[in-house]
Amino acid sequence: LAGGPGCNVCYGLVEDTQEKEGILPERAEEAKLKAKYPSLGQKPGGSDFLMKRLQKGVWGIISYPLSLDVLLCVDKIEGETSYFDSGDYNMAKAKMKNKQLPSAGPDKNLVTGDHIPTPQDLPQRKSSLVTSKLAGGQVE
Amino acid sequence: MIPGIGTLTQDTLWCFSQVKGTIEIGTTEADIISTVEFNHTGELLATGDKGGRVVIFQREQESKNQVHRRGEYNVYSTFQSHEPEFDYLKSLEIEEKINKIRWLPQQNAAYFLLSTNDKTVKLWKVSERDKRPEGYNLKDEEGRLRDPATITTLRVPVLRPMDLMVEATPRRVFANAHTYHINSISVNSDYETYMSADDLRINLWNFEITNQSFNIVDIKPANMEELTEVITAAEFHPHHCNTFVYSSSKGTIRLCDMRASALCDRHTKFFEEPEDPSNRSFFSEIISSISDVKFSHSGRYIMTRDYLTVKVWDLNMENRPIETYQVHDYLRSKLCSLYENDCIFDKFECVWNGSDSVIMTGSYNNFFRMFDRNTKRDVTLEASRENSKPRAILKPRKVCVGGKRRKDEISVDSLDFSKKILHTAWHPSENIIAVAATNNLYIFQDKVN
Repeated sequence: LAGGPGCNVCYGLVEDTQEKEGILPERAEEAKLKAKYPSLGQKPGGSDFLMKRLQKGVWGIISYPLSLDVLLCVDKIEGETSYFDSGDYNMAKAKMKNKQLPSAGPDKNLVTGDHIPTPQDLPQRKSSLVTSKLAGGQVE
Repeated sequence: MIPGIGTLTQDTLWCFSQVKGTIEIGTTEADIISTVEFNHTGELLATGDKGGRVVIFQREQESKNQVHRRGEYNVYSTFQSHEPEFDYLKSLEIEEKINKIRWLPQQNAAYFLLSTNDKTVKLWKVSERDKRPEGYNLKDEEGRLRDPATITTLRVPVLRPMDLMVEATPRRVFANAHTYHINSISVNSDYETYMSADDLRINLWNFEITNQSFNIVDIKPANMEELTEVITAAEFHPHHCNTFVYSSSKGTIRLCDMRASALCDRHTKFFEEPEDPSNRSFFSEIISSISDVKFSHSGRYIMTRDYLTVKVWDLNMENRPIETYQVHDYLRSKLCSLYENDCIFDKFECVWNGSDSVIMTGSYNNFFRMFDRNTKRDVTLEASRENSKPRAILKPRKVCVGGKRRKDEISVDSLDFSKKILHTAWHPSENIIAVAATNNLYIFQDKVN
């Protein structure tokens, strides 16, 4: 590597690397991601998210409010937050309804399990009789 | 313009025709359209949404007075197909979102379609009623029972015309056959069977039998820790009832022949494009995951959609696609943020036109792209309310990648990633397309001269 024309070789190498990163913006993006979330695993960003995909909608895992950083280190869950049981789930939904959040998905920072639900607390079963707006249904 | 022969020459102009849905600030989640499908004649257009509802539009007969206007699509029927469920045994919440709708070919006066959510497939019959019986003996016209003592004569009820009523009834419910989430359904060309595919298994059903199905593909590993890929889409060959394909999260496609064995775990053909290992990155596998696979109408080709490209494969060549089209390659330098906001997991669909000469797929910012396979031209169009004047010609859009932005271009950083076009449909024989933009359905047609 060294030697008289070594300088040229070095430059060539540097240039090559830069060129490569230019050709591969993905690598630059990967570096960005790993810089933000160093605990992101070494394995390719495919395997863990598969398991989460299969788990979509499954309950039984207690979810605690996590700091946003830690949450983003976890591989993407392609679905909803987990709740402890159906009572917990319904309480959380009732809370969200009261807050009147715009849709998009469950609040990841929502604390659940702090209240034992009673039948009065649970929300009414969702009405399935609202006509689609595509068919000229009521605008709520 | 010859119907069905779509080409993106300089002469093809797409025009706005109709838009369905409301303009709202803050869309209700239930209104988000999750699937769009024309029936085999193009007379009917069905949509499914996250709220489990199906809306069917029917094309009006073209009026002789207005030669320059093609038939419009108006609401024909709407019904609640699926409702939210909770599986108490598995502690599993089952969404009512309609993942796919597939029409059966019409065999009598009624229309039949399959609609599915994550767990249950349903066969719906949509039929018209335009007559009703009148003149019952034991009931009066309001349906109240008559006092038998007052009945002195006997009459034969007659059928009289009434206002057209369209009824949708569930004829079959195919339940409890999928442990994982159903991503595809496909009607077989024999019109007797269909398949449903979830993340790990594919089942074959007979339309008449709801309590049994055959498992034809099972890729579940004995040890789930060894899971490396899932099934992402599946479809039957349009003519050969023994052949189907399924795609995977690793960017591969397998073609199976049901004559070879009852369980098609061993593929007949395996389509995979070799990857340069030096190009590999953290994102490689995620962006290579195929979100949709579609046979061409001819049955000779398959088209696949992954995060950044659409590829056309010749069934006779397994080692690489014959065509690759870049949908939005400029997103390559945005993969980090697209991973952070989950957009990298968006599942875009793709469609062929009637003559297999043009392919279409969606993108962000309510853009959608068309690629002409013959001329190699492509165009980017936008579904927006601003371009929604009747017969307004859609202006091609352009995304500016860096450096100087021209007047009409949009820079990558200004793209709205919440406006994604995942679902589109192309009329089977004409240049009419349906584009689902979140909660609105746009219908575009090519310009009638």
